[in-house]
Amino acid sequence: MRSASEIARDVREGASSAQREVEIALGAIRERNDELNVFLYVDESGARAAAQRVDDAIARGDEVGPLAGVPVALKDNLCQRGIPTTCASRILEGWRPPYSATVVDRLLDAGAIPMGKTNMDEFAMGSSTETSAFGPTRNPLDPTRVPGGSSGGSAAAVAANMTPLALGSDTGGSIRQPAALCGIVGVKPTYGLVSRYGLIAFASSLDQIGPLTRTVADAALLLEVIAGHDPRDSTSLPEPAPALRGHVEDGVAGRRIGVVRELIDGADADVVASVDRAVEVLRAAGAEVVPFSIPELRLGLSAYYLIAPAEASSNLARFDGVRYGLRVDGDDVAAMNEATRTAGFGAEVKRRIMLGTYALSAGYYDAYYGQALKVRTQMIEAFRRAYREVDLLVGATTPTVAFPFGSKTANPMSMYLSDVFTIPTNLAGEAAISVPFGVGENGLAVGVQLLGPGRSEATLLAAGRVLELAEGRS
Amino acid sequence: MTLSEGWEMVVGLEVHTELKTRTKMFCGCPNEFGAPPNTHVCPVCLGLPGSLPVLNERAVELAMAIGLALHCTIAPSTFHRKNYFYPDMPKDFQISQYDRPINANGYLDLIDHSRVRIERAHLEEDTGKSTHLGGSGRLHGADHSLVDYNRSGVPLVEIVSAPDIRSSAQARDYASELRAILIATGASDGRMEEGSMRVDANVSVRRADAPFGTRCEIKNLNSLRSLQRAIDYEAARQVALLESGGVVRQETRHWDEARGVTATMRVKEEADDYRYFREPDLVDLAPDAAWVERVRSGLGPLPAERRAALLTLVGEVSEAQLDVVATVVDAGLDAIVRGAIERGVDPSLALSRAANELAPDQGSITREGFAETLLMEQRGDLSATQSKAVLATLVDTGGDPHAIAADRGFERLSSDSLEGVVGDIIDQHPDEWGRYREGDDKLAQFFVGLVMKATRGQADGKAVIAALSARRG
Repeated sequence: MRSASEIARDVREGASSAQREVEIALGAIRERNDELNVFLYVDESGARAAAQRVDDAIARGDEVGPLAGVPVALKDNLCQRGIPTTCASRILEGWRPPYSATVVDRLLDAGAIPMGKTNMDEFAMGSSTETSAFGPTRNPLDPTRVPGGSSGGSAAAVAANMTPLALGSDTGGSIRQPAALCGIVGVKPTYGLVSRYGLIAFASSLDQIGPLTRTVADAALLLEVIAGHDPRDSTSLPEPAPALRGHVEDGVAGRRIGVVRELIDGADADVVASVDRAVEVLRAAGAEVVPFSIPELRLGLSAYYLIAPAEASSNLARFDGVRYGLRVDGDDVAAMNEATRTAGFGAEVKRRIMLGTYALSAGYYDAYYGQALKVRTQMIEAFRRAYREVDLLVGATTPTVAFPFGSKTANPMSMYLSDVFTIPTNLAGEAAISVPFGVGENGLAVGVQLLGPGRSEATLLAAGRVLELAEGRS
Repeated sequence: MTLSEGWEMVVGLEVHTELKTRTKMFCGCPNEFGAPPNTHVCPVCLGLPGSLPVLNERAVELAMAIGLALHCTIAPSTFHRKNYFYPDMPKDFQISQYDRPINANGYLDLIDHSRVRIERAHLEEDTGKSTHLGGSGRLHGADHSLVDYNRSGVPLVEIVSAPDIRSSAQARDYASELRAILIATGASDGRMEEGSMRVDANVSVRRADAPFGTRCEIKNLNSLRSLQRAIDYEAARQVALLESGGVVRQETRHWDEARGVTATMRVKEEADDYRYFREPDLVDLAPDAAWVERVRSGLGPLPAERRAALLTLVGEVSEAQLDVVATVVDAGLDAIVRGAIERGVDPSLALSRAANELAPDQGSITREGFAETLLMEQRGDLSATQSKAVLATLVDTGGDPHAIAADRGFERLSSDSLEGVVGDIIDQHPDEWGRYREGDDKLAQFFVGLVMKATRGQADGKAVIAALSARRG
């Protein structure tokens, strides 16, 4: 498989064409989509038309973008004008947004070809894609197992070689965890680095769009294209996209890296072994690696499961049957709202709406939501102290390799624990990357997670690249 | 109207005012009243999934202008979400301000020199507008409803007074003074009938010096008159209820203008739980001192100061003239009136012509045009009727009053020709003239009318009466 930058180069230089690349992607999707349930919608005609435009531009000698002719998969919570967007929920079935997300506009400007919308946990609530209203996605590495989630479809699209690039969203680990379980690279960028305009919100203060790719260099390329200030998102960072591609080969020599006990303890032995080996690789590459502990990280999961549902309970209120999507009639407006939401939302979404509504209610706010905000502040301060001592942190992305379908659905708490190592980064608004490293139980992929302070993407990508090189990947 | 002996009413007002911005609070849609339904909408003000709000800077400036005019402290503030389901609110939450409003702790001095404290004046977004068809015309029981989202996301400031008001007249004065300030600062057009200024009244009653009673909130007050009537009705209702041994229930009541009564709209059995939390899609608002100062320096003199300035020039005024002064200031005509007085126009004439012939909108008339016309009237070059006609033309099209007067044939009648006309009229009406000569003064108006008719309004009434008296001898 060629990387995204190789495809873009081939297209630009005439060794290939955007239309050819689209047909390759469509062929790969046709071949395995029925089996894996990766795409909820494939935009064949739109992709072909976009490819034609790129090829025409090249034929005219026009300047084309860095992703010219590169197929990309979009998680189904990203709005693309005229394309069905469901968040894998019945409540949005049939809705076609009249506008595109900023990231989609930027992809198109860069010459990329959106191929369609990928499966996910309903409204990004889940860690396995099993909460999708349209059936789970299967892990291309082992179709009896989950691909992780919530961006499971996007991770599987890349892992199954359907598209070299995909976009996901990460609220508590939803890019990094499926990347780890599918054996690919996933980046959760600094909060505000990528515009959220057009991303259907789960938890607004935690959500961040990011790349899922086969290689670290491709992640750098894709992130450069989608990052940078957007006046339509008030929480967008003020500066333009950082230069990332040029730093991928910077290495880690002289970097101080903390090995965080709280991001390893509790992981399966095969995962721990991979992290240990990654630490040796980083040390051998010239990093100063030190043991580290941030006890506050243990509080992350409980704070997250108050803050994220609280915001979700408000964000998902608008799905009321009045204006778009599903409507189930009732005797009056309130009955219609209730019938619509009862029929339209799945069990996990309802659970989190109820949890969040409760956490914000008068008399409970201080004990739950208010307390969680304090923990969040402690977490931010703990990371800030840590980054005065080290440049980066390292640990596992997720405690286990890909797990079998149904193994965690009966007990929500066991599923929630799948994100225990990824959640702290979201609470702190910082950056992290998951890189496939080593092999675990049953030959399945393991993800090693590197964490950094806000705006440390270049350093993180360079460190990820060191691990990638050690694995013999180009 | 006064309450029965020993009772006092306690009133606080919540005023919502739409801000006169070019665009809505969080998107670029036009903020404009009266467009066809759902034509000023976009993904943001329709609350479509994935859309995000971006705060309108002008809305913040107008909110600060209101705060400064009300002597509030401008503080760093936060937006919160107020969560509840309602079909005309597309996100099913309203972006508002909760525990950290932009303006707090101010006051408003009324025309009678009483002071009403302002608790807060915060920014929030307006909702869409529902029309309920069938049933009672309210949401409950309607066959179906139509929603117009043109108003959705229009910027509002909610101004909350302390419960300092003790009479319906004081409530009216407060609303009227506040309206004058909103207009003077350019923050709002203050039109209660169009809903750009909406007043809700919290009314309770108590025995003198007793603790506050249970309050009712009255909605649907579309004019200053209905505000005053509704408060009087509601306070009397509560007193009657308490005197007959009943209790006041905390509730929201609807003012029925036609029947002149308030009626239960919704009972508050428990406090509403809006699950307020900080709006994560917006950043905190912390206007720096320089920005606040720019807004402050952009504020002109406020209505109270402008009234005082005008009164200084006018001198002694009657109670009725005080109202005329207020009308003139509210219409922004004080500068033009002052200009005329400074050029020698009689203050009473300047005030009454401005209030009656120019308000509410001075149109194209200039200071010079206004003063010059009134000076012509004062000299007797124009009759009152002619003067008003010239002013009307100046408002419509502007121009030079002398040219307009000449154009319309408004020449002063020479005293010779007036004498001629008066003589002719007397000759034609010997009976009436006889009675007038014998002292029936009422007939003077009869002759004035005929002379006016004969001269097509060119004669001056006073001159006609002078001519008649002279002939009576």
